[in-house]
Amino acid sequence: MWSDLFLLPFLTGLCLALILPVLGCFLRLRDEWLAALAYAHVAAAGALLALVGGLSPAFGGMAAAALAGASKRVFARRLAGGAAFALLLLAGWAVAVLLAANQPLAERLGHALFDGQLYFSGGAQLALVAPWAVFAGAMLLVLSRHLLLARVYPDHFQARHLRAWPVMLGFDLVAALTLALATMTMGVMGGFALIFVPAWIVFRRAPGWRRGLLLATLVGVAGYTAAFMLALWLDQPFGPVLALLLIVLGLVIA
Amino acid sequence: MSAPLLRARALVAGWQGPATAPLHFVLENGRILGLTGPNGVGKTTILSALAGRARVFSGLLEMRPGLRLALQTQDVPPVAGVPLTGRELLELTAAPADGLPPWLGGRLDLRLDRLSGGQRHYLALWAILQAPADLVLLDEPTNNLDAAGVAHLVTALRERVASGGGVVLVSHDHDFVAQVCDQVIVLREVPDVV
Repeated sequence: MWSDLFLLPFLTGLCLALILPVLGCFLRLRDEWLAALAYAHVAAAGALLALVGGLSPAFGGMAAAALAGASKRVFARRLAGGAAFALLLLAGWAVAVLLAANQPLAERLGHALFDGQLYFSGGAQLALVAPWAVFAGAMLLVLSRHLLLARVYPDHFQARHLRAWPVMLGFDLVAALTLALATMTMGVMGGFALIFVPAWIVFRRAPGWRRGLLLATLVGVAGYTAAFMLALWLDQPFGPVLALLLIVLGLVIA
Repeated sequence: MSAPLLRARALVAGWQGPATAPLHFVLENGRILGLTGPNGVGKTTILSALAGRARVFSGLLEMRPGLRLALQTQDVPPVAGVPLTGRELLELTAAPADGLPPWLGGRLDLRLDRLSGGQRHYLALWAILQAPADLVLLDEPTNNLDAAGVAHLVTALRERVASGGGVVLVSHDHDFVAQVCDQVIVLREVPDVV
């Protein structure tokens, strides 16, 4: 298993298994866990659009997710209560399915994006995911206090005459781009499982925020590693195995 | 003598429209101003205007340049289901834990949603009261507090302004206001400065 054939995909997914559970905790803190599915579907649609247009699918996916993350704030007043994410999810899904139904190339890539194609990740994907995971982790570290303050004391920024939008926009972009990379690496539902389940466990069981982030990371890495090996051993697709393992782990712990 | 923290002249505040009677006051450093009066006269609206949340419709509101505000509203911090400890809450606002009452000091490492309503309220209040700020705005700080909590708050408020800064608080608890405030404005149709 540790030949290059599987080592590179394993390391690529491991980088995401380290960062996605932490991102999931912040999304849950902001009551935005639906964002994981929304950005993933938009990224899938962007990748397919780029493919049809003769561009790099990776570029298309990341550009579409980043655009969705940035523009969401423009419509925040009209689309409160998570409506923005629901609409993004529906739009991304609709565009992706229509493209896949009408373009043979898009159909193949569409299946790969929704089912996950972790075992086909190579050095180029790792070279993209690894530095991004480090950058996203550093960004979350920097934004952490502000995001927690915005939750606990929503008036803090206004009372201190501070601008909240750079923090929120920065977080939205980190979330959108991380989820775009996750979608193109391990599929829509594989990424969503790593976002949702560890954070769900943490919010139910963790004794504090810092220890919660550590617990989320441990759950994510343990679930990912076990799923990677189990899927290989059983010759099954990775995404569903990961999702089922995390669900079992979640039900046991939470 | 340093400039006052706040100066209001015929200040009228509101949300969609004017909602308060004209108000005059000056708040110097080291003093506590209490706003009291019956429900609906605009106590919270005035506090919100000081924090920049509500609009000033007429009159003048001057704040010392560079004034750092800390605001506690009546809303309970939404921490249900969030794995955040009391110690982590204090770290967020850079408020020291020194001086907390004994019934709270030993529970700082518990999640906030594992504390009683009164304990959670006092900790959330403490995190604002002791945050680095020149002006602390408190809206009904004695809500959910028992007699021991109110007594501790009175002492903490006096110590807070003795070490610098000022406080504007809104309360319907007349005993508390009389006990802790240096100046009191009873809001009615025409405010009456006591």
